[in-house]
Amino acid sequence: MFALLAVEIPYWGQSLLRVLGGLVAVLLPAGTIVYLFLFKMMSFMQSRLGPMEAGPYGSLQLVAEVGKWLQKEDIQPESADKPIFKMAPIVVLMSTFLLVVVVPFGPDAWFTDFETGVFYALAVSSISVLGILMAGWSSANKYSLLGGLRAAGQLIAYELPMVLAVMGVVIQAGTMNLQQIVFAQNASSMFGFDGVGNPYVLTQFVGFVVFMIAIQAELTQAPFDMPIAESELVSGYMTEYSGFRFLIFFIGEFATAGVFAMIASTLFLGGWGIPFAWFGWTSMDDVSNWMNIAGPIIVITKMLVLTFLIMWVRFTYPRFREDQLQRFAWKVLIPVSLANIMATAVLKVAF
Amino acid sequence: MSTFLRSFLTVVWFGLAAVLIAGLLLWVSSLLRPSKPGREKLLTYESGVDPVGEGWSQSQVRYYIFALLFVIFDVEAVFIFPWATQLERYGMFGLVEMGIFVFVLLLGLVYAWRKGVLRWV
Repeated sequence: MFALLAVEIPYWGQSLLRVLGGLVAVLLPAGTIVYLFLFKMMSFMQSRLGPMEAGPYGSLQLVAEVGKWLQKEDIQPESADKPIFKMAPIVVLMSTFLLVVVVPFGPDAWFTDFETGVFYALAVSSISVLGILMAGWSSANKYSLLGGLRAAGQLIAYELPMVLAVMGVVIQAGTMNLQQIVFAQNASSMFGFDGVGNPYVLTQFVGFVVFMIAIQAELTQAPFDMPIAESELVSGYMTEYSGFRFLIFFIGEFATAGVFAMIASTLFLGGWGIPFAWFGWTSMDDVSNWMNIAGPIIVITKMLVLTFLIMWVRFTYPRFREDQLQRFAWKVLIPVSLANIMATAVLKVAF
Repeated sequence: MSTFLRSFLTVVWFGLAAVLIAGLLLWVSSLLRPSKPGREKLLTYESGVDPVGEGWSQSQVRYYIFALLFVIFDVEAVFIFPWATQLERYGMFGLVEMGIFVFVLLLGLVYAWRKGVLRWV
């Protein structure tokens, strides 16, 4: 990101720019997803128009919503454990911000370039469960407690298929660095044909499907939304939250959906890259500087495609039962992803 | 400071940024929102009726055995990742080794399955 700028920037300036970039990378997808999919696509799928009043086609609805939430009274129940009650939404939002740190947006446009980026992403993604448990427990409400415990059980069950599905990608790329995974997908060829590179969604299709199911569950989107099942638990762990604290949970949920989709597109769809053969690039240094501008746009496009899939499933399928959920994770997804790992390893050694 | 530590410092900045942005928005909201607490309003929500007993009621954690299994499998994942990055170097030897490892793990899963642990209790 900073190779583009001719002037030398001191460290604090770089950090400030990174944090601002991170804010955009978290909040922009969240807003887009809420307006485009939650407001509009859901409405069209249900044969209604959705918001139409605020701005053309209701495009300023989000601004109106945030303005509304800002004025809502902040009610904290008397029996709640106040400090933890207040901390919980911030912990959830923090896990999103920590997650976006690893997503690469271009050859030089990255926040951090960890050698163990995949590891870091998987580790940080489970911080949000702490926030959810804190919210559920500190509310001193029976619905909240049940919702929090359900969320914990669900996130535990689906963390494993997610980790195991990513393993196939790591085997194929031979690295845990997300930047090099992007490079490996775009620079390689399939059976001598290098027109589309080798996005792992083709060779790791099983892993991709398992990963998408697992992030659907991690995001507690329907059909995996038992933690906030409104017909059973009012609103699960968020029952006692009102006003802006509720909105922080809400932003966190959709921002995390965006960031997870970005990570999925990096791992399986080639991330910021376009097939390097088109321009004759053979190494990371060959990649032109304009990719730093085009890269974020490509990542956001791929992210929108994947969030479209997530939301489509969300609006289509009815909710699982709690025991079906656990059974599905342990008896279907984990054996399938273990088999996928071994098959990938055998093929990798054979070729 | 090395670049390695610097990139972790970036992580710290991002965490702080999340706290700051949430704090800032909550502060702005505290300037705008009304505050009229009342006894009824601060009561624990229980579908409109008066709350029964204490909020921290006891609840059966039905999946604690799943949680134990999770720890085992997650540690296993930590072992597989370094192997996965170096598979090309290990070749056939690494493949057979990991085959045995995953097979033993699968045996554990099958054992738990047959014992009826992966069932809603």
